[in-house]
Amino acid sequence: MKISRDDVLRVAELAYLDLNETELEMYRAQIDEILEYIGKLNELDTSNVEPMAQVLSDDQTADATLREDLIVPCAVAEDVLKHAPDPEAPYFRVPKVIER
Amino acid sequence: MTGNWTIDGVKEALAAKKVSARELAGDFYKRIEERNPELNAFLALSPERARRQTDRIDALVAEGKPLPPLAGVPVAIKDVISTRGITSTCGSKILQNYVPPYDATAVERLEVAGAVILGKTNCDEFAMGSSNENSAYGPVKNPLALDRVPGGSSGGSAAVVAAGLAVASLGTDTGGSIRQPGSFCGIPAMMGSYGRVSRYGLIAFASSLDRIGPFANRVKDVAAILQVIAGRDPNDSTSTTAAVPDYRSEIEKPVKGLRLGIPKDYFAEGMDSGVREKIEAGIEIFKKLGCELVDIRMPHTDYAIAAYYIIATAEASSNLARYDGVRYGLRVDGDSLISMYRKTRGAGFGAEVKRRIVLGTYVLSAGYYDAYYLKGQKVRALIAQDFRDAFTKVDAILTPTSPVPPFKLGERTADPLQMYLADIYTVTGSLAGVPGISVPCGKIGGTLPVGLQIFGPAFGEARVLQLAHAFEQAGGATV
Repeated sequence: MKISRDDVLRVAELAYLDLNETELEMYRAQIDEILEYIGKLNELDTSNVEPMAQVLSDDQTADATLREDLIVPCAVAEDVLKHAPDPEAPYFRVPKVIER
Repeated sequence: MTGNWTIDGVKEALAAKKVSARELAGDFYKRIEERNPELNAFLALSPERARRQTDRIDALVAEGKPLPPLAGVPVAIKDVISTRGITSTCGSKILQNYVPPYDATAVERLEVAGAVILGKTNCDEFAMGSSNENSAYGPVKNPLALDRVPGGSSGGSAAVVAAGLAVASLGTDTGGSIRQPGSFCGIPAMMGSYGRVSRYGLIAFASSLDRIGPFANRVKDVAAILQVIAGRDPNDSTSTTAAVPDYRSEIEKPVKGLRLGIPKDYFAEGMDSGVREKIEAGIEIFKKLGCELVDIRMPHTDYAIAAYYIIATAEASSNLARYDGVRYGLRVDGDSLISMYRKTRGAGFGAEVKRRIVLGTYVLSAGYYDAYYLKGQKVRALIAQDFRDAFTKVDAILTPTSPVPPFKLGERTADPLQMYLADIYTVTGSLAGVPGISVPCGKIGGTLPVGLQIFGPAFGEARVLQLAHAFEQAGGATV
């Protein structure tokens, strides 16, 4: 077994994801099978391979595309707040974070 | 009247005043009203926005002014692509009422070019799936066989074009989500190189893999749409400054003498015999067109699914952290901030999205990062090298798009790994960042469409389109 029920619980904690009992066991079994399959990557010796995080060519790298830090108009605040679950302009309201 | 419109056909009819842009859009909406209830391909319609655009086009016609390249062309947009003022749910409950305050660059460019946006198309939730059965709003039906899936994740975008409910559409491709539904619905569907089309306004799934691209009923129209949406966008730092060639003239060039690689590794076990027969017949067409077929090896192909599902889920787990019930979308109240996050995400995401968040968080977590995520990135480098090596020997690579023809609704939902394995021929090009197209390559038993995939080197879109166009003109769709 690659992944335990505790592993799934821990990961769900990290991801702020409520899972019920049925989901916990279903995902554990399915992800176990997927990880078992992914294990085939160990057949490859990659000790001398550089990891590839992006496929960017030279003109797409951060250095090539950094721009001037200019202020431009962006008048969407009202529109954005209008669609928020609990807005109080100019803020988003959330449950109390700090207990006094 | 909505039968077989092409982009040129629309423009000619408008210019000759045989139809107005408003009438044409009206006819498409009428057809949508008739067919969408059974297909479930549109999630939202945007008649007011379409009306503003058709008024603009009809005014140009009335004044005798030159028409832009996509004047009056009715198009549909996948629901993971932001459209100002039109709900963009991503096929998810968590964004059920989300109305973006801005347009994706690709959408803006389509409209500037004269296209008329009819509405938003159904898809797998956050583009995660290969059958469109992961949408919170129900599956899309394949218009060619109503008991079968249209493919995914851009199933709605493929279905509306195949059913004649739009002349073209935009989809997104992360591991095959444009090409595979194009194949399943029997129409051409293209993913440009990573960086060719701006991702600004594309609601992210896996940022190093996501790409926007077109569906249409013929290759020439795919080229026309790509022409408009391609090119540098200051709002996407990963979009390239490389010049955009004139695809519509490039595709007319002869293909004689081009070298086409046939990778043995793609023709191994697991391919449906009907698919194999059609693809082999399709390859014969290229031979008749005077192309040289070359056997090549791409030795890391068999590891692509494993690397892809590590990288894509890792990036997804990070990208989807933004759905927390604070700024937009669903909120489920909790007695603390954390409990609000957890309940919102637990209630708002569907099963496949949760599965991928759990897997992606796991492969990134302390103690597993090197064994999974880093390993996946290293294997990605090997797969990209396979492509670079191949393109020193050949001009393009031919493969099937999918190992199986469209399957029946519900047939594969129980086993996620089996569903993932069906992405084998498409994820390789996604990881490598190269362009790929799926073109219709006959129908098994005269009913189930097969797609032939053509990969080109990075920024070799013109070559890919040229070959696809020649194949189509030579009768590829009816092999």
